[in-house]
Amino acid sequence: MAYKFNFSFLADRWPAFLEGAWLTVQLTVTSIALGFLVGTICAVLRVYGNGLTRRIVGAYVEIIRNTPLLVQMFIVYFGIASLGVKLSAEVSAVIALVINAGAYTTEIMRAGIESISKTQLEAADCLGLSRFDTIVHVVLLPAMERVYPALSSQFVLLMLASSVTSQISAEELTAVANVIQSDTYRSFEVYLIVAALYISLSFVYRFLFTLTGMILFVRRRKLGTAL
Amino acid sequence: MIQFGPAHVIYILEAVRWTVVLSLVAFAGGAVLGLLLALARVSRSILLRAFSAAYIQTVQGTPLLILLFLAYFGLSLLGYRLAPLVAAGLALTLYVGAFLGEIWRGCIQAVPRTQWEASDCLGLNRFQQYAYIILPQAIRIATPPTVGFMVQVVKNTSLASVIGFVELTRAGQIVNNSTFQPLMVFILVAALYFAICYPLSVASRALERKLNVAR
Repeated sequence: MAYKFNFSFLADRWPAFLEGAWLTVQLTVTSIALGFLVGTICAVLRVYGNGLTRRIVGAYVEIIRNTPLLVQMFIVYFGIASLGVKLSAEVSAVIALVINAGAYTTEIMRAGIESISKTQLEAADCLGLSRFDTIVHVVLLPAMERVYPALSSQFVLLMLASSVTSQISAEELTAVANVIQSDTYRSFEVYLIVAALYISLSFVYRFLFTLTGMILFVRRRKLGTAL
Repeated sequence: MIQFGPAHVIYILEAVRWTVVLSLVAFAGGAVLGLLLALARVSRSILLRAFSAAYIQTVQGTPLLILLFLAYFGLSLLGYRLAPLVAAGLALTLYVGAFLGEIWRGCIQAVPRTQWEASDCLGLNRFQQYAYIILPQAIRIATPPTVGFMVQVVKNTSLASVIGFVELTRAGQIVNNSTFQPLMVFILVAALYFAICYPLSVASRALERKLNVAR
């Protein structure tokens, strides 16, 4: 068996790879931002809400975390279309990714919120902070600081999982790879390149998350230290 | 148009076993690979440590979908024509191994240092230390996250549908293609995944409470 690697298709195809990677970045950054918002709101509802909202959020988290993203994607894309609302593949992809990221963020942020000691809330009360101010400044920010490593690795995993959106024909990196490999029959080379691109992307994301963390959490406390 | 009927439900239900088979294959293969990787990650040899760390970084930075494509389309170009089950099993094994390796490394390192020192004092060699002292304790710590990770394994087998392996998700797609009832079909598929995964999630949490030895 002698297989000769041949990367010559790169000469005129490389812009397509970059375009795909760029769409992956756009899809995932949108989904991460919105998913974080959804997840944080749900986490607050889960911890401070009444019995009903707690149960609804709990069910949302369990359902999403115990079913595959691919099936969720199909339900959003094909299911909503069958009800008569036609969404583009990219919009469906973002909706599915936001729903998915929201559930994981809820669980992670809930852990962070529950780690905030009661005395912090009492102190905020004594200072006369409103409930909203207390939750934003005293609870959410320190909670986020505590779970920041878990959050950022979850978001990197989400970026990798976004490759699944190629299955509903969103034209991101993996979909581009599928097109190019069916044109050139160079599937091994194509997927190796795409794997390398994803690995680079995940390093870039990790770096950006670390940077954001350093800007956001100026005190740079070590994990596990008391607040 | 063909109506969505009992025959379709049975077809989808029968596909559940292939999801289960693939999950078990991936978990068994991944456990062997993961144990080797975890031991390599805490080994004294810098070469083993570097190699296993590089492997884990690479695989964890690559989407499973790409691993599946490499195993199925890529290897067939190299002359190895793998059946979808074998290709999916291989890709999932590589993937699961990387994650379990990292989880279990954490669990081995979570065993208190004093246990190593005490077993050193007793004159145990490296193998005896692992076999009688460290691993039995690490297993207790490792059980809840491992069961939790099995949920990920089951969910990730859905990606094998992409290379034509007829498991639960693929069966759903096939039925949907002939009945055009995506909402009903995929909600049924999702419910079946939930039926497999939810008990595992609950078990993982229960085990965490029961085996919580660290605190």
